Amino acid sequence: MSQTSDAFGKADPIDIDSAVSVRGVSKNYGEVEALRDLSLEFPRGQLTSLLGPSGCGKTTLLKIIAGLIPATAGEIEIDGRKVTGPGPDRAFVFQDFALLPWANVLRNVSFGLELRGVGKSEREAVAEKYIGNVGLSGFEKAYPHELSGGMRQRVGLARALSVDAQVLLLDEPFSAVDEQNRRKFQEDLLALVRNENKTFIFVTHSIEEAVYISDQIAILLPRPSRVSEIIRPTSFRGTKADNIRRSPEYLDIVDQIWASLRNYVE
Amino acid sequence: MNQRSLFLKLLSAVIVFGAWQIAGLIPVSYAFPTFTESMHALYTITMDGRLFTAYAETLRPLVLGVAISAVSGIGLGLWIGLSSRFDWLFSPIFIVMQAAPLAALIPILVMAYGIGLTSKVFVVCIMAMPVIVLNTSTAVRNTPASIKEMGRSFLASDRDIILKIIIPAASPVIFSGLRLGVSAGFIGAILAELKITPTGVGDIITYSRSIADYPTMYAAIFSIIVLAVLFLNGLERLENTLFEGNNRGYVSD
Repeated sequence: MSQTSDAFGKADPIDIDSAVSVRGVSKNYGEVEALRDLSLEFPRGQLTSLLGPSGCGKTTLLKIIAGLIPATAGEIEIDGRKVTGPGPDRAFVFQDFALLPWANVLRNVSFGLELRGVGKSEREAVAEKYIGNVGLSGFEKAYPHELSGGMRQRVGLARALSVDAQVLLLDEPFSAVDEQNRRKFQEDLLALVRNENKTFIFVTHSIEEAVYISDQIAILLPRPSRVSEIIRPTSFRGTKADNIRRSPEYLDIVDQIWASLRNYVE
Repeated sequence: MNQRSLFLKLLSAVIVFGAWQIAGLIPVSYAFPTFTESMHALYTITMDGRLFTAYAETLRPLVLGVAISAVSGIGLGLWIGLSSRFDWLFSPIFIVMQAAPLAALIPILVMAYGIGLTSKVFVVCIMAMPVIVLNTSTAVRNTPASIKEMGRSFLASDRDIILKIIIPAASPVIFSGLRLGVSAGFIGAILAELKITPTGVGDIITYSRSIADYPTMYAAIFSIIVLAVLFLNGLERLENTLFEGNNRGYVSD
């Protein structure tokens, strides 16, 4: 347990440069209080997971940050600018991929740039590059229904990367993907966080996944939703991806989170 | 695009026309000619030009009515699908129109608009439009919320969302509405010629029946079915060219 308490100890002082700040955000759906006075900082260039039992409002929070739904109270700031709606500084990866079934991979990946009015040859060149980066070269002309679940989410990821947003919002991106593909994705995501200087906000309900990929884990508890703990794993973040799941700190944190969440799972 | 094999096409044609021939030979009714007699009559009316003068007359209300129904039907359907107030205002009209016994309403149309082209175009529209409007509005309303949300998160304007997301997403159901509507329009055009004034193909049918020339009557009916099938095939080609990825491999024929 020593490593866990060590990790919790380091969570308190937040003097890091934060890319996204959530301040006192509340969200009510009529009588139902989804979020109450929630505040959270997202450090620049790192991956923060929002983890909690289902119905705890983690996707709601992510969509408020994306500007897709308005908050009832409070504010979101990205690099000091207030969020009033969707913006070019954020890109979203959807749980159900949200691809256009009538468009091929190339058009789907370049769709974000198309909506921004980027010319056809330019946006297709950018899209080609990211299609290559996510390992889908050769599938440019394929349609979504011809791809496997894992490949579809790679298209969704490439679309989000191609608009070159500073903040990537991922809403349970791997939950509709099979176990083996999910592991591959998680490894790729670690490399992506290291190589791209972007801020990642990642919603998941998988404790193992959150601990494996996160620089910072925010545990959300339901009814009404609030941040109950922030955990920052320290010792295994620098090690090779293969060794993370064997690290004692990894196992301790997974146990610790389960201990605090189990009461909330019906 | 998948194509049914030529063998299957020929086989089904042989079965249907063979059954027709046998039924005509028995005969099931004095008024039911054989397939070969009907084809011979078709050849005769094609050669002496009666078929072409008839279609010149029939196609006017048909093409006008179908064009009006398609354009305004899709337009209205989009509007109804996008706005709940408009839905509340207009949907009942089309539901009533679809359920109305048209043949019984034709005398009222004739009293209001006479026996000319206007009434016939009206009949075609009443047959064709409701299914086009209702299909379009349902399809628009059922656009997956997640791809609209995706559009918004990638900064789509309202216009982008309608043109680049809602319309393509709704297109399979819009086109199936168009196919049903166009078929109904063909029925409407013939119905108008049988019930209002006998002109065109309706005239061939009515006249041949009255002089008991059943092969010619069936030849005229057969020709309108062939025309409808050709038209529907053209529509499907158009759909596949416009929205290729929506094609899930169903057979075009």
